[in-house]
Amino acid sequence: MTMTTKPIKAPSRFQRFSDSFLWYSFKRDRTAQLCLAVFICLVVAAFAAPLIAPTDPYDLRQIDILASELPPFWIDGTDERYILGTDAQGRDLWSIVLYGTRVSLLIGFGAVILQALLGVTFGLMAGYLGGRVDAFFMRLADIQLSFSTLMVAIVVGAVVKATMGSSFYSQYAVLMLVLIIGLAEWPQYARTVRASVLAEKNKEYVDAARVMGLRSKRIMFRHVLPNTLSPIFVISTVQIANAIISEAALSFLGLGMPETHPSLGSLIKAGFDYIQSGSWWITLIPGAVLVVLVLSINLLGDWLRDVMNPRLYKG
Amino acid sequence: MSTQASAMAANHIPAENVDTAQPLLQIRDLKKRFSLSGDFLDQLRFKGGKLIRHQEHVHAINGVNLEINRGEALCVVGESGCGKSTVARTVMGLLSPSEGEIHYDGQRIDHLSSRQLLPYRKRMQMIFQNPYASLNPRMTIQQTLEEPLRLHHPKWNRQQIADKVEEVMDSVGINPDWGKRFGHEFSGGQRQRIAIARALAVDPEFIVADEPISALDVSIQAQVLNLLMEAQHARNLTYLFITHDLAVVEHFGTRVAVMYLGTVCEVATTATLFAKPRHPYTQALLSSIPRLEDDRPQHIRLKGEVPTPVNLPSGCVFHGRCPYANARCIQEIPQLQMQDDGTRVACHAVEEGRL
Amino acid sequence: MALLEVSQLDVRFALRQGEVKAIRDVSFTLERGERLGIVGESGAGKSVAAFSLLNLIAKPGFIAGGSITFEGQTLNTMSERGLRKIRGNRISMIFQDPMMTLNPVLSIGEQMVECLKAHRRISSKEARAIALDKLRQVQIPSPEKRLDQYPHELSGGMRQRIIIAIALLLDPDIIIADEPTTALDVTIQAEIMALLLDLCEQHNVGLILITHDLGVVSQVTQRMLVMYAGRVIEQGPTREIINDPQHPYTQGLINALPQMATPGEKLNQIRGSMPSLSNLPSGCAFHPRCDFIKRADGQTRPVCIEQVPGFVQAGNCQAACHMVAELMEDRRLKEESQ
Repeated sequence: MTMTTKPIKAPSRFQRFSDSFLWYSFKRDRTAQLCLAVFICLVVAAFAAPLIAPTDPYDLRQIDILASELPPFWIDGTDERYILGTDAQGRDLWSIVLYGTRVSLLIGFGAVILQALLGVTFGLMAGYLGGRVDAFFMRLADIQLSFSTLMVAIVVGAVVKATMGSSFYSQYAVLMLVLIIGLAEWPQYARTVRASVLAEKNKEYVDAARVMGLRSKRIMFRHVLPNTLSPIFVISTVQIANAIISEAALSFLGLGMPETHPSLGSLIKAGFDYIQSGSWWITLIPGAVLVVLVLSINLLGDWLRDVMNPRLYKG
Repeated sequence: MSTQASAMAANHIPAENVDTAQPLLQIRDLKKRFSLSGDFLDQLRFKGGKLIRHQEHVHAINGVNLEINRGEALCVVGESGCGKSTVARTVMGLLSPSEGEIHYDGQRIDHLSSRQLLPYRKRMQMIFQNPYASLNPRMTIQQTLEEPLRLHHPKWNRQQIADKVEEVMDSVGINPDWGKRFGHEFSGGQRQRIAIARALAVDPEFIVADEPISALDVSIQAQVLNLLMEAQHARNLTYLFITHDLAVVEHFGTRVAVMYLGTVCEVATTATLFAKPRHPYTQALLSSIPRLEDDRPQHIRLKGEVPTPVNLPSGCVFHGRCPYANARCIQEIPQLQMQDDGTRVACHAVEEGRL
Repeated sequence: MALLEVSQLDVRFALRQGEVKAIRDVSFTLERGERLGIVGESGAGKSVAAFSLLNLIAKPGFIAGGSITFEGQTLNTMSERGLRKIRGNRISMIFQDPMMTLNPVLSIGEQMVECLKAHRRISSKEARAIALDKLRQVQIPSPEKRLDQYPHELSGGMRQRIIIAIALLLDPDIIIADEPTTALDVTIQAEIMALLLDLCEQHNVGLILITHDLGVVSQVTQRMLVMYAGRVIEQGPTREIINDPQHPYTQGLINALPQMATPGEKLNQIRGSMPSLSNLPSGCAFHPRCDFIKRADGQTRPVCIEQVPGFVQAGNCQAACHMVAELMEDRRLKEESQ
């Protein structure tokens, strides 16, 4: 990187991005491109559900109970109004899958944002301040990790359901799931952030900031945090996929979204009972959507990890 | 209230009334130990059926006394592990001393809180060894240089800060138009210039430079060394210059302190030290500089290697490798003693006239 | 014929910005028992040159042209199997970081015995005896004990001695040492260098010493190459180059050393910094930093900007510089007219 003596205009943000290794490797990686395309399609479709979906599955008046368990269009005996058929309650499967994906994504993103907020703050404090703060947060994380996410979620969910009543739980189900999954998984973030903070905090730019007289809070958030973002991005992808799966699992166990506002998980559960009676599509179609969604996120995460791995990056 | 008062006092010493006879920085009996034993649970050991708390320390500095006078460049030289960087970091408050005191301009500063230290931060600054690590990779040069100004001159407006940044970038030979760029877009020498600019931005009077040119190429070392000397003349700076490179010391230093295994073994003016090294370690060190002139090196070979600072040797720390060591050296720790030419040497052999 | 002959070596790296020429047109020879120094700053291509001698350049680097001949065999076209017989056996390498050569999970003895047995048909007992002998040669205290120690139990200086012992293990003809003492302290550095020098002389081993330290080169080597931006810009007997450098870059490098200036005075710096290999200046790569680009009459020499300089003979040295060429031409004309 050599400067000539004449001043050159600093490149703009867009230029920096288009020169970056991230963009370069994305341009060359077909899998990453495909996964991003699939993921964006799913997200757009899910959040545009009220515009795209032919029916509103939350509106009981639009449901025709007589049209239940109709198969998708490629099987005989279908109704042209329902492309992917209908479920046991006569809801249009195409519409309900779109709405369900939206719920799943909402819970996934919400839970990950909560995890990240808690985990990054605790991890940053533990790593930078060290000593007792470090010991406290990390032991807390160890204890938390020794319970499985699902078990914590089941216990909390069951307790809330029992004390507050089932209707209360259904009303605030999305929020409850975000809280449960968010609280259960923050240690993943805390550990990753702490590890990279420990590496960063010994670098001389942190010493330089201390010599300058900056307060710990400013050094932590202005200097150390921006340099630990790469691993945060990488685990975020995995964590979103995990959160969506956790939510699906909880819903499948009946502790998640109620059937009136189903997520992909509760759709799979609802259809599961009909698999024996030949109506396999009610469970398999939302199942396939879930697999495609999680797979595309995970493959994107894999690509991101390879790109952001500093050892590969430097070479 | 007391913090404010001391802050005011520190800020308002008019330069003319400064007592020039008094050293700017005094280091008294400084000791620094680092624990090797981890936390309390790790320290517990079973020994002979009893639970014992076992602690091990690295003795990085063992009783260092140094004075730095206004306007001089005191160079601290020594090999890796001799504690020279620890001295620098302790002076700057990046490490707290295990024992001893540090006085800056007559005031004790080693026990101050970070808030109480703030006025001193403006007067003393530091330059680091590795220009690739000392600039925050996510900040532009402009942001890096503005940050200390915002902190230390909260009343300045945007224009004043921008002017100061431009001035300081100019003075280190970096084009102010490059402010929007990030550190990694510059070469090593340019980054070190930017790091120097950051230190100079708050107009300090004292700069600790921890191996500022060791990571640079030969032709760039000369540029940065020249810059540091220019800054010294232009701004009347005082330096504490840490290095392992004796050729640089000979050129740059007013006085030299030679350190070995956490202790100072010789302090002298540069000319005296290079003309007439007293301490056997200094002699060995000087003889091993690769010179351009002679093609057959005639260096003094020392026995063995530097002992670990975990279990310090008894008596003089150098006795195991010293060709002149006797029974007294093994038992008694030598103190720095003034010679007739003003050099101070910590060596029994020199004291007894054996050397 | 020389023991090792490198001619017009050209090494490139295929990077995403395009192909980068790491070294170009590097030629030199090494006689048996000769000590050659390759000097340059970071980015000059001196390490690349050393690594390419044994075809050790890792992807994305590759040898794009030229030849490396060792005892009449061309190394750069040789099979990996053939190369393995030469690497470590006839030509061995010493790296800056000893841990690059030492395996942390094997004891010193195991590593040395393994190395010997890979190249020679001998018993473990014989191999151990040879290993012990080599450790004695590098003056390690209590060598028997060292054989059973692991690399992490030894100090930096000791490790570098072990590396030298391993390099000598198979009685090579050439040792390539890449910044062997840069990571060490001055006192240790002086000892290791003296040791290396003694051993090379004793066993008549050729040495290629790669370093940025002019002091070390002047003390150890007989001939030296100075590299800048991937090219050799000056070569010749070490003494002559150190005492009377011809190329402006070599002059600048030597004059920039603190010992060349009066204490307290300004050092003679070279302005600017080494260009990046992907963005080399036209003509002579040094021209943007060169003070001699102007003639005595104040006119810029256009040839410096337009044309890559070739070598001109100046005494026993060769320098790639248009200014030197002009001076030599003037001198020749003057002599002819007389």
